[in-house]
Amino acid sequence: MTARVLSLLVEDKPGLLTRVAGLFARRGFNIESLAVGHTEIEGLSRITVVVDVDELPLEQVTKQLNKLINVIKIVELDSAQAVQREHMLIKVRVDNSTRSHVLEAVSLFRARVVDVSTDALVIEVTGDSGKVTAFLRVLEPYGIREIAQSGLLAIGRGPKSITERVFRN
Amino acid sequence: MNVESSLAPPPRDKNTSPPSVSQVVPPTTMTGAQAVVRSLEMLGITDVFGLPGGAILPVYDPLLDSTKLRHILVRHEQGAGHAAQGYAASTGQLGVAIVTSGPGATNLVTAIADAHMDSVPLLAITGQVFSTLMGTDAFQEADIVGITMPITKHSFLVRRAEDIPGTIAAAAHIANTGRPGPVLVDITKDAQQDTFSFSWPPKIDLPGYRPITKAHGKQVTAAAQLIAEAKRPVLYVGGGIIRAGASAELRAFATATGAPVVTTLMARGAFPDSHPQHLGMPGMHGTVPAVLALQEADLLIVLGARFDDRVTGKASLFAPFAKVIHVDIDPAEIGKIRAADVPIVGDAKEVLPELLSEYTLAAKTTPRDTTAWWERLNELRSEYPLGYSPTTDGLLAPQYVISRIGELTGPEGVYVAGVGQHQMWAAQFITYERPNSWLSSGGAGTMGYAVPAAMGVKVAEPNRTVWAIDGDGCFQMTNQELATCSLNHIPIKVAIINNSSLGMVRQWQALFYDGRYSNTDLNTGYDTVRIPDFVKLAEAYGCLGIRVTTEDEVDAAIKLALETNDKPVVIDFVVSADAMVWPMVPQGVSNNYVQYARDHAPAFSEED
Repeated sequence: MTARVLSLLVEDKPGLLTRVAGLFARRGFNIESLAVGHTEIEGLSRITVVVDVDELPLEQVTKQLNKLINVIKIVELDSAQAVQREHMLIKVRVDNSTRSHVLEAVSLFRARVVDVSTDALVIEVTGDSGKVTAFLRVLEPYGIREIAQSGLLAIGRGPKSITERVFRN
Repeated sequence: MNVESSLAPPPRDKNTSPPSVSQVVPPTTMTGAQAVVRSLEMLGITDVFGLPGGAILPVYDPLLDSTKLRHILVRHEQGAGHAAQGYAASTGQLGVAIVTSGPGATNLVTAIADAHMDSVPLLAITGQVFSTLMGTDAFQEADIVGITMPITKHSFLVRRAEDIPGTIAAAAHIANTGRPGPVLVDITKDAQQDTFSFSWPPKIDLPGYRPITKAHGKQVTAAAQLIAEAKRPVLYVGGGIIRAGASAELRAFATATGAPVVTTLMARGAFPDSHPQHLGMPGMHGTVPAVLALQEADLLIVLGARFDDRVTGKASLFAPFAKVIHVDIDPAEIGKIRAADVPIVGDAKEVLPELLSEYTLAAKTTPRDTTAWWERLNELRSEYPLGYSPTTDGLLAPQYVISRIGELTGPEGVYVAGVGQHQMWAAQFITYERPNSWLSSGGAGTMGYAVPAAMGVKVAEPNRTVWAIDGDGCFQMTNQELATCSLNHIPIKVAIINNSSLGMVRQWQALFYDGRYSNTDLNTGYDTVRIPDFVKLAEAYGCLGIRVTTEDEVDAAIKLALETNDKPVVIDFVVSADAMVWPMVPQGVSNNYVQYARDHAPAFSEED
């Protein structure tokens, strides 16, 4: 099974997330990750959802989501035509002997240290899921104490916008 | 998008004139509660069903003064919901139920779920506790928007009086258009009490709601070509044809193509039973010709149907040789169960005439011959007509009773069934000639639907004879609405097909559980204590109660019921508990295994 990325343009209404999440649960669709935020247009939000499905069920997912009255538009953003990013905060154990190794990895992955204490570092890393996973694997031997991860964000490449043409009618 | 034009319930094959929507109300100060009543009036609603309580009390006050709205006070909120469904399903107009918060709203849930499964335009208005109390587990608080999210087409929570007219108008628009369905509007008590400046028409903004009604021309052409080439086509007709009011269009199309027609449980009456191309109902208890026609077809023209498991049996073995043209107003139904070779999203009422003209063109260049197909179908028809065997215990055959109700009442009557054996017999043994003459809880299978739904039908169509054909189990779930019928002069007729048991469950126990009748005996029928005594119960509710135990009493009782219009009538038909619904396809197998009667399966021709 492959992960597919859907971007939903939705009305920013109370209960909207419940409607979307409930639909996924009810129809037995698996959500890998979910990210919600405002858009450049007031009253509109954008949900980026990664679904684990085959071709046929994805069509069914899209059609069912489209039936939700507050869902305005759905586009699939595949990795070739879209920029996809994950964001992660990692708290990793360090001591005097390991700190420099960890900092080296941070610099190699173009990550950033955002908090320092005597026996731990908090690191932020951004990238596609391959990069984030690879970075985690490098840090693992030092002792990962805590992770906070955002859902995948995606935006289409080129000048076109998801909000275009939506309100022409 | 221009929503105002569709605010009024769309007229669907009805003589009722749509209410004027051009009416304008200049800004007027009123309470939210008054706005609820006024908005319903402006939408052309004339009848509502409901039951008041604390959180909806403000709305009930201006309701008392309304001269345009008739409110019918039910005895249980579920009754209000089913009545509104019956009202809507028999006319195509919006049905409205008004109830209070908490248990009032949760009692409505079954009817909302039912309307969702069967695409019935239903507006459910529920009171909600004060917005300041929401989320505190206040008295009679329930998150009804949350509870009903999976079973509504959409739902709204209104916390401000000024949002009431726009929300009710939007709710009505959503419920009525596209694939119809239930919409819930939950209104807090403070929103009902606050005052604001009301004006009409309100502004409706639904940027995410654009139902597609007009079909894609290329697909229509492709479909027409497939139909012209088909040797064994079947029109698989579902409830969508009834909701679309497209029976006339269907008839024209079917006649032109000469293809056989099957009508699902939800579509009984969409195509006249007397029409020579009609093979009857498909599915688990369908006719052998209808079931096998689908299995042997090389093309299914699916019109407003959704490949329900009760129609397909094991879906992967359903109609194995057929290409599929699937016409539906809901894109999500296309390809949900069965992939469509030609998908057509659109309103059947608009699609069918287009399909007909394209077909006429295609048929000119592609001569087709369905003679062999009709020979096969006619052979099935003569070999496996619908019928039933006489009972062996000397008690009344339920199928006989139901046939006589249909024959003595005629096609202008409306027949509303509960769920179970009696429902299947009513679908099989009454001849339906017109749409909306048959109402049933199809998708949800809600026992207790019949009495309140029949009440709703009778309110909408007071000049028609309305029968609730009910089981003794179903009847005991919602018969409290007989009080509503008696007091409000809604003279429905109830035929209880009393086999003293939960008959369909009993049938499955007989067939699949070695006759171990676990908890299906209801003790209401022949040679039992008769608790309750349905005749006495009917009389207690102010109805005419009649008991019928022998065949020679059947006609007289039905005739007396037909002549009695000053009060509801309840006939307790005491029938045999051993009668079974045949034909039958056992659950989870291919429809090829249809059994005409117990241990009697027809020969299935694998290929030509």
